Amino acid sequence: MIRRFASNKGAVIGVLILLLVIGLALTADLLFPRGPWAMVQRPFLVPFTMDGFPLGTDTLGRDVAAGLVHGARVSLLVGLVSTVVALAIGVPLGAIAGFYGGWADEGAMRFTEFFQTIPNFALAIVLVAILEPTLTSITLAIAIVSWPPVARLVRAEVMAVKSREYVDAARLAGLSKARILTTEVLPNTVSPIIVMASLMVATAILLESSLSFLGLGDPNAMSWGYMIGAARTVIRSAWWLSFFPGVAILVTVLALNLIGEGLNDALNPHLSRKGTA
Amino acid sequence: MRTVLSIEDLSIALPKGADRPHAVGGISMTIREGEILCVVGESGSGKSMTANALMGLLPPGVAVDGGRAVFDGQDVLALPETERQSLRGSRIAMIFQEPMTALNPLMRIGEQIAEVFAAHGMYTQTERDKRALALITEVGLPDPAKIVRAYPFQLSGGQRQRAMIAMALALEPELLIADEPTTALDVTTQAQILELILDLRKRRGMGVMFITHDFGVVAEIADKVIVMEKGIAVEQGSAAAVLQTPQHPYTQRLLDAIPTGRLPEARRLEEAPVLEVKGLRKVYRTGGGFFREAREVRAVDDVSLSIARGEVLGLVGESGSGKSTLGRAVVRLVTPDAGQVLVGGTDLAALSEEELRKSRNKVQMVFQDPYASLNPRHRILRALTAGPIAMGKPKAAAEAKARELLEIVGLGAEAAGRYPHEFSGGQRQRIGIARALAMEPELIVADEAVSALDVSIQAQVLDLLRDLRSRLGLSILFITHDLRVAAQLCDRIAVMQKGRLVEIGAVHDIFLSPQEAYTRDLLAAVPGADWAGENRARELA
Repeated sequence: MIRRFASNKGAVIGVLILLLVIGLALTADLLFPRGPWAMVQRPFLVPFTMDGFPLGTDTLGRDVAAGLVHGARVSLLVGLVSTVVALAIGVPLGAIAGFYGGWADEGAMRFTEFFQTIPNFALAIVLVAILEPTLTSITLAIAIVSWPPVARLVRAEVMAVKSREYVDAARLAGLSKARILTTEVLPNTVSPIIVMASLMVATAILLESSLSFLGLGDPNAMSWGYMIGAARTVIRSAWWLSFFPGVAILVTVLALNLIGEGLNDALNPHLSRKGTA
Repeated sequence: MRTVLSIEDLSIALPKGADRPHAVGGISMTIREGEILCVVGESGSGKSMTANALMGLLPPGVAVDGGRAVFDGQDVLALPETERQSLRGSRIAMIFQEPMTALNPLMRIGEQIAEVFAAHGMYTQTERDKRALALITEVGLPDPAKIVRAYPFQLSGGQRQRAMIAMALALEPELLIADEPTTALDVTTQAQILELILDLRKRRGMGVMFITHDFGVVAEIADKVIVMEKGIAVEQGSAAAVLQTPQHPYTQRLLDAIPTGRLPEARRLEEAPVLEVKGLRKVYRTGGGFFREAREVRAVDDVSLSIARGEVLGLVGESGSGKSTLGRAVVRLVTPDAGQVLVGGTDLAALSEEELRKSRNKVQMVFQDPYASLNPRHRILRALTAGPIAMGKPKAAAEAKARELLEIVGLGAEAAGRYPHEFSGGQRQRIGIARALAMEPELIVADEAVSALDVSIQAQVLDLLRDLRSRLGLSILFITHDLRVAAQLCDRIAVMQKGRLVEIGAVHDIFLSPQEAYTRDLLAAVPGADWAGENRARELA
């Protein structure tokens, strides 16, 4: 499986980019010990004109490169944690709905639909606005709007696996229903869940950026969305202030999508478009 | 007679890393006008690849790397794609194994046939419709005017295959390639389709390349036979010669492996019943709502039977006869609507979920699909011990027993540490049997347990079951659609039709003097029955 993944060039590039971003985020304090908020030079310094400030400075004379590197932390953290929380809500709900059927299914699915009928982004804005913007509330808001597709996916997968003969065999072996669900059914649904999770991290990063862009980010944490939002009034005179964070978001999301694609091809070889038979 | 197709030294290369370099390695054959050539072999022998190569339908990564296929003076394999396309359908036609997936589910039958004409730019729309109707009549579909308007899902399996044949015949091809066209069908339907193909070849004089794994079918229709093993034609010749005096050991082995309907010696049975089924009913309701009446299917309708200790009861019937539902009700994967399933005095059908879990070990099942019945993520040891441990057996004892059982089913104890994907279909079925035995059941329900296997593997698994029966005194409810298989293993046979038990009796009675008309139809439809009969007569003589 790892070999199949490694044979996919796009996926390997995605992994390399992601590792680079993670590396930068982890070493942010070493690279830019003064933090992203410190005013270090004159404002509106054009990129590539002064040594030590390759990406220039913003409206208040803060280093754009420092902002990008520290912002990577927020993006990755929010992306990962919100995905984990969304999985923690979606997987059990979907699994129970799909496995037990009947009223459990009805209840869980109507509950899921309730969340699906409200536009994602609007709900996230409302939640953040009510809870006041902190990293925790933003992460939670993103998780709350992104679990319904997980629940639907897991339900469908569980229903498909449930009808396999080895599940019948497990029933005949006298295993309890909960045991069958956790040891026989769920392990066989992980591949699509992993693929979806990798794509969800990307969406979460986009959501976080959008929230910060609207000024709903955590005021104490530098983030890519916030940088673009703050720079939008000066976009005509200082293009680099919105350009570099924009590129950072684009590249990171692209990397995650490439990884997701690669995982999909590696985990579900029979669905892969390139014939390898 | 004119030669329609001649294949010379065709070889097809598999991609690197496959189990052998060539799917087909240098095979030659000729088909003349009005001749039926059967290509026989087990799965993986390359018989379908040969047909796909002719039609240009090889999967990606697989390519022809030598030889010629001359059709009407041209080498089909060397033709550019556009010319091949005009050849396909119009002069060489193909029918497939699974008519449901080969027909477009969203198009009416008439439209699909008319589309064949449209694709080749022939006739006007009204003329196309008229011809479609004529074809549907020709292949013997009932009520042609109605069938034209029907969608594939509204037809039965046999009717769909007839529709497929009508499509294939639309442009009056000189060569028809039939890839296992009757494998997915019931015996009686299979007999009708074979008759249709024989009849059409006589009327239209086309050459037929018929791919099959079933020597019974070969005996019914073949003029010439090619036997393939691992991509190589090990034997070819006239049907009579190959079937009566096979030269190559592989052919001999295949022919020996066929359940010929030779009946085993009758055995004395004990009186004490292991299983008693009394008045069992199961009705499936589908659809229905406020304004519509629900459709009811009586899958099992008032069935009563019993199995003695150490007996093998064969449950035979066509698809939809309710035999699988009955089997699943006996192990209670399906809860019956009424009736009793008495195993050792307890009524399994009446137990609550909790009580049932404690008595699960009494009846175990061996499933049809050896690939779907083992959890791909669990090692064999775990598959075999999960049940006994859940029943309260100590782990060490369960593992020792599992290893012992793997030895008994002929796999060896070291199989325990491996994953299901490391085993072939036949080996997996052995694991399935070991899993059932691990629970120390009083009765095993084998649901089409050998149907998905090649004949030679089938014979081995049947041998194993026979061996286990005599060694462990197993009682088995053996569900199958194949009377030949049932005859080999069973003491008594029960015939089901449309949810009802039609006839039940000792193997000899059922085969030699069937009482019911339906049983006689089933027996008559078994492919190659005459040929097997001749063989038996010769052996007796």
